[in-house]
Amino acid sequence: MRRLMALAGACLLAAAPLSAKTIEDQVTTFQLDNGMDVVVIEDHRAPAVVHMVWYRAGSADEQPGVSGVAHFLEHLLFKGTEKLAPGEFSETVAANGGTDNAFTSFDYTAYFQRVAADRLGLMMEMEADRMKNLQLDGEDILTERDVIIEERNQRVENDPGSLFREQRMAAQYLNHPYGTPIIGWRHEMVSLDLDDALAYYRQFYSPNNAVLVVAGDVLPDEVLALAQEHYGPIPRNDALPERVRPSEPPQMAERRISFEDPRVAQPYVMRTYLAPERDPGDQRTAAALTLLAEVLGGSQTSVLPQKLQFEEKRAVYAGAFYSGLSLDDTTFGVVNVPAQGVSLEAAEADMDRVIAEFLETGVDEAQLDRIKFQLRAAQVYELDSSNSLARRYGAALTSGLTIDDVHEWPEILQSITPEEIIAAARDVFDRDNAVTGFLRTAEEVTQ
Amino acid sequence: MKVFGSLIAFLMLAAAPLRAEIDITEVTSPGGIDAWLVQEESIPFVALELRFKGGASLDLPGKRGATNLMVGLLEEGAGDLDARAFAEQAESLAASFEFDVGDDAVSISARFLTENRAAALALLRSAITQPRFDQDAIDRVKAQIVSVIRSDAQDPDTIVGREFDRMVFGDHPYGSALEGTEESVAALTRDDLIESHAGALARDRVYVGAAGDITADDLAAMLDTLLGDLPETGAAQPADVDVSTEAGVTVVPFDVPQSVAIFGHEGIARDDPDFFAAYVLNEILGGGGFEARLMEEVREKRGLTYGVYSYLVPKDHAALYLGRVSSANDRIAEAIKVIREEWTKMAENGVTEEELASAKTYLTGAYPLRFDGNGPIANILVGMQMDDLPVDYVNTRNEKVEAITLDDIKRVAARILKPEALRFVVVGQPEGLES
Repeated sequence: MRRLMALAGACLLAAAPLSAKTIEDQVTTFQLDNGMDVVVIEDHRAPAVVHMVWYRAGSADEQPGVSGVAHFLEHLLFKGTEKLAPGEFSETVAANGGTDNAFTSFDYTAYFQRVAADRLGLMMEMEADRMKNLQLDGEDILTERDVIIEERNQRVENDPGSLFREQRMAAQYLNHPYGTPIIGWRHEMVSLDLDDALAYYRQFYSPNNAVLVVAGDVLPDEVLALAQEHYGPIPRNDALPERVRPSEPPQMAERRISFEDPRVAQPYVMRTYLAPERDPGDQRTAAALTLLAEVLGGSQTSVLPQKLQFEEKRAVYAGAFYSGLSLDDTTFGVVNVPAQGVSLEAAEADMDRVIAEFLETGVDEAQLDRIKFQLRAAQVYELDSSNSLARRYGAALTSGLTIDDVHEWPEILQSITPEEIIAAARDVFDRDNAVTGFLRTAEEVTQ
Repeated sequence: MKVFGSLIAFLMLAAAPLRAEIDITEVTSPGGIDAWLVQEESIPFVALELRFKGGASLDLPGKRGATNLMVGLLEEGAGDLDARAFAEQAESLAASFEFDVGDDAVSISARFLTENRAAALALLRSAITQPRFDQDAIDRVKAQIVSVIRSDAQDPDTIVGREFDRMVFGDHPYGSALEGTEESVAALTRDDLIESHAGALARDRVYVGAAGDITADDLAAMLDTLLGDLPETGAAQPADVDVSTEAGVTVVPFDVPQSVAIFGHEGIARDDPDFFAAYVLNEILGGGGFEARLMEEVREKRGLTYGVYSYLVPKDHAALYLGRVSSANDRIAEAIKVIREEWTKMAENGVTEEELASAKTYLTGAYPLRFDGNGPIANILVGMQMDDLPVDYVNTRNEKVEAITLDDIKRVAARILKPEALRFVVVGQPEGLES
């Protein structure tokens, strides 16, 4: 529900209209008969296009015991179909002057190519082909399993901060699969096989579980015609399961973890609280939490850094973070990296003290006005990158939101009051829902 | 061979090189400052890129880290504004200023709205010409830098690069971390920062690229306002340095499950007539795509790594040809063996006609795609000027790529690939490798 009354206060700053042009003017949406959603974002400044297919399937949709299979399959989609030899997909994109890649998250898996706009049809032809006609051989997939294990080595095993994050997330979610890392637990990754990958593929890869996003120098009607030609003939999967994951029970006890590793040079304390996400037609709480993160820790002039870094000089860095883009419950986080000589216990107390003071004092309205003006300006700046706009729509539509939700979001952010921010803060800062983590060097413990 | 019918038609299309459809205007301010502009009015903001040649390599002996600390303080108070007031002002304007330093340049990336352009520029001007260097800001930023130095000392990716640089460049500024050491940073004084500022940010070394909602006349006037108060000349540029390496492996023991390696030897200068051929050659050997030989042999065929790349590093005072790979401790030796073989093979035999043709279609097709937004365009404009390229380079670049022949590649492969000098530095607990 939109509420515009609160805007009156912010109008002093916002009186000069930033731009008549908005993203809504550039976006057109369709749905194919087989249920595939299509989003077209026009940007005619350069003769280029980004073509993306997003599946409403991520690591949190995996069966128990095969963690990492969504990401493994993402790699295997480059290993050939009846028509394309292994590696030929990327070779063809490159031979047409384009680049391609893919990514996997908790809630989605996406494939994209950036090419000259006149190559769009070819990209669709190949992407539609691998939606259904993947052909894998046992050898190829063993080599690729080695690759994803090296990827895990690189991203996680070699970095204590990433290992710490895995442990915190596992403690945060008692029952929901967000507690399992996207790349997978190593002991399960090493035995992933062809059947695991194909089971996931057959269950989730179909047009009625996909969103096509095309952004760049294209006209909506052209895109629709090409989409109908290439994706239209693929039959829908009527056996597509409803997207319901195991949900969290009431969390009744704070979890505290201490991760020690000799490779940690800069200890810090981080606490995350289970927090509501953006829901279709119901984004106000998420908007208030988005602004809360900005007010508390979004910039140099926000509450935590001002107090701890600038005034008291007890922190090297302090901040807050929240992302409402998630299918299920997300987290709100605060972090404090203490100055030399300040213990992690003291750093935790500092962080809590500043937040408690903030809840008493309330939101600084001048600061909130600055944040809201920056958010309005962001709507101008973001028009410069059709690639990141394409990502925004793809991520939103695979995280349970609608196009209307995406378009209403900026105005909802502008309409949030200081009282709503404090109310959202009081709700979210519930220690029973929280994981407090210390990351420190092993030596520190033995002292 | 399994291909789509339509593929052939598309490949024929690709034979005519695409051109980047951008129109660059050369601008000179009344005060004599040059800039390149791409005017694009559809979105009401401007992206502005400034580069000052010199960068961290201008650090004086015993003052390592001075340029880095100085640049870190540009947004921590300027003119009448202390750090907090400066940040509040930037936020109120929704302008973004990023200050960064590399071995060869200080870079300033700015983005500001048309509706408050004058105010945003006044604020940026104060940061560039009137930084305050308040003592409390110096202390705060020093603490942040020390935290970075300590973290880097525990990060295998950083350790490996540092060790390679130290081996190759020794006492030249390129041979040490631009952040300095805990000791050198602690010893830096406010006077050092003032001296560094005067030496690094001068008009004789500034390059400007702009893209977005601004006219050539407005940009010209803006340049004098923004930079006119800077000194005419700055510190002397550092000397060139020779690169010499010996084939072999240096192991830096570090307790991580995956070994991280950097490899390479002397490279080729940006203004060398063979640079283009070398660039195409590298695309085939170790460029970013899955088609590159290193990626094919090390990752696709053997699954030894998530990523392996090689890249030319033409710095202002030295040129390197480098690569990177990471593999589990018990597999890194094999990865290194394969890389050595590929390096030698290409040095001896060059590339195939088919490889050259695909590299050309990729490079010429991908080039126009780089110009995708005001930010990227401003960046390209300033980079071209620093490389001393003419304005019409954007239109001739693809023709230069197309002109490279198989013989060019063979000759340049024999010239720049030096298996006898290919040095590996490995950080980790590699099995079967010793220094």
